[in-house]
Amino acid sequence: MNWFYFSSPATFYRLAGAMAPWFFALAAILAGIGLYFGFVVAPTDAQQGEVYRIIFIHVPAAWISMFLYLVMASYGAMSLTFNTRLAAMMARAIAPTGAMFTFVALWTGAFWGRPTWGTYWVWDARITSELVLLFLYLGFIALANAFEDPRRGDRAGAILSLIGVVNLPIIYFSVQWWNTLHQGSSVSLRGTSMHAAMLTGMMVMALAFWMYSIATSLVRVRAVILERERRSAWVRQLR
Amino acid sequence: MSAATHESGAALLAGSFGAGFAWAFARDLTIAWRHPGETLLVVAFFVLVASLFPLGVGAEAQLLERIGPGVIWVCALLAAFLSLPALFASDHADGSLEQMALSPHPMASWVSGKIAAHWATSGLPLAVLSPLLGLQYGLDADTLAVLALALLIGTPVLSLLGAACTALTLGARGGGMLLALLALPLFVPVLIFGAGAAQAQASGLSALPHLSLLGAGLIVAAMSLPIAVCAAVRVALD
Repeated sequence: MNWFYFSSPATFYRLAGAMAPWFFALAAILAGIGLYFGFVVAPTDAQQGEVYRIIFIHVPAAWISMFLYLVMASYGAMSLTFNTRLAAMMARAIAPTGAMFTFVALWTGAFWGRPTWGTYWVWDARITSELVLLFLYLGFIALANAFEDPRRGDRAGAILSLIGVVNLPIIYFSVQWWNTLHQGSSVSLRGTSMHAAMLTGMMVMALAFWMYSIATSLVRVRAVILERERRSAWVRQLR
Repeated sequence: MSAATHESGAALLAGSFGAGFAWAFARDLTIAWRHPGETLLVVAFFVLVASLFPLGVGAEAQLLERIGPGVIWVCALLAAFLSLPALFASDHADGSLEQMALSPHPMASWVSGKIAAHWATSGLPLAVLSPLLGLQYGLDADTLAVLALALLIGTPVLSLLGAACTALTLGARGGGMLLALLALPLFVPVLIFGAGAAQAQASGLSALPHLSLLGAGLIVAAMSLPIAVCAAVRVALD
């Protein structure tokens, strides 16, 4: 078996097209289960009442926003070290979804902060570093598209994404390093302080967002491949 | 004799980190020295913007004392940012950057020399001037000292981060705005700890944690960012 068979844009284009609907379906099913757990099974919170249920969007979106940046930077590193075109295309395809989830995390956080903290926005470490993450995504998208030669955009974007990786541990550990208004993590490998149904709902929603990210990235990378390879023989045959 | 010439030629061709650093540092400083107007513009901008704030927010002594360190840091950040294009863009435009890349010295050496020269012409004067501006904001002597020290440690990080961003945007469309979008978010941690040091001192706490974090940031940045700048310059020269 040739491990690099699908590292060619031409073959990956077909694979991505075949896989994307499955990931969309998985995302929809998991989101259905997760929302059912979140809105029906999970009990009302003793302190916050019903408003806490935004956690089922907010926390998974924040997790996925950081995770996607890590994946994007890994693809960037792969494209720089192995000089593969497809890795850079994947990094480009992931960035908009990552920016979207970062925005969703900030937006739902504002809506959660209003009833519980009494304010939409505070300048605490976690919120500020998540905002910086949004700017890193936007900077990556802007830089990758700022060059006539797309390969230059690929390389410049990859270097930028690697510099920005410093921000990820800052976001993750911000609630431990600083005395923030944002609460600490309720979930860890050693156990959790949450009700089992709440935890299940959150985990299933995170999986749903993950599957959705894969699906949208695959669809977007197909568009990127078509645009880049428009002059190649195999794309012309598609018409 | 021919052997001696040959040997000195070989020594010239070998290149070294120290020689490359010193050469680039001296070159960029000479250029800055011969265009004093441009260099002083950075300082003038810094002083001018810092003087606008009391006029904008009102000249109450208590308010000025509280916002002083933050305002001065934001001004330093903007001054460092605005002087970034001079770092690589003009050398890239007239082809000197390619000539430097062909020189026998390792790329990291002259890139570091250029970054050091950028700091010496932007960050260093600002750090030296900052006590004067701090006086306008009514900061006390200890806070002034901490502010200047924090600027001394923090502005090299700004030069390093800015150098990486400006090298990435060489030859890109929408240069200035794009550079702002890349560089300013990365400057945020420096701003937080830099301004935090003086604010901690002003409110009677120890500034040491902030200064230590700034110092740690400087070490990490000085170790890693020149590599990123070199990679970015190589991409630009491809």
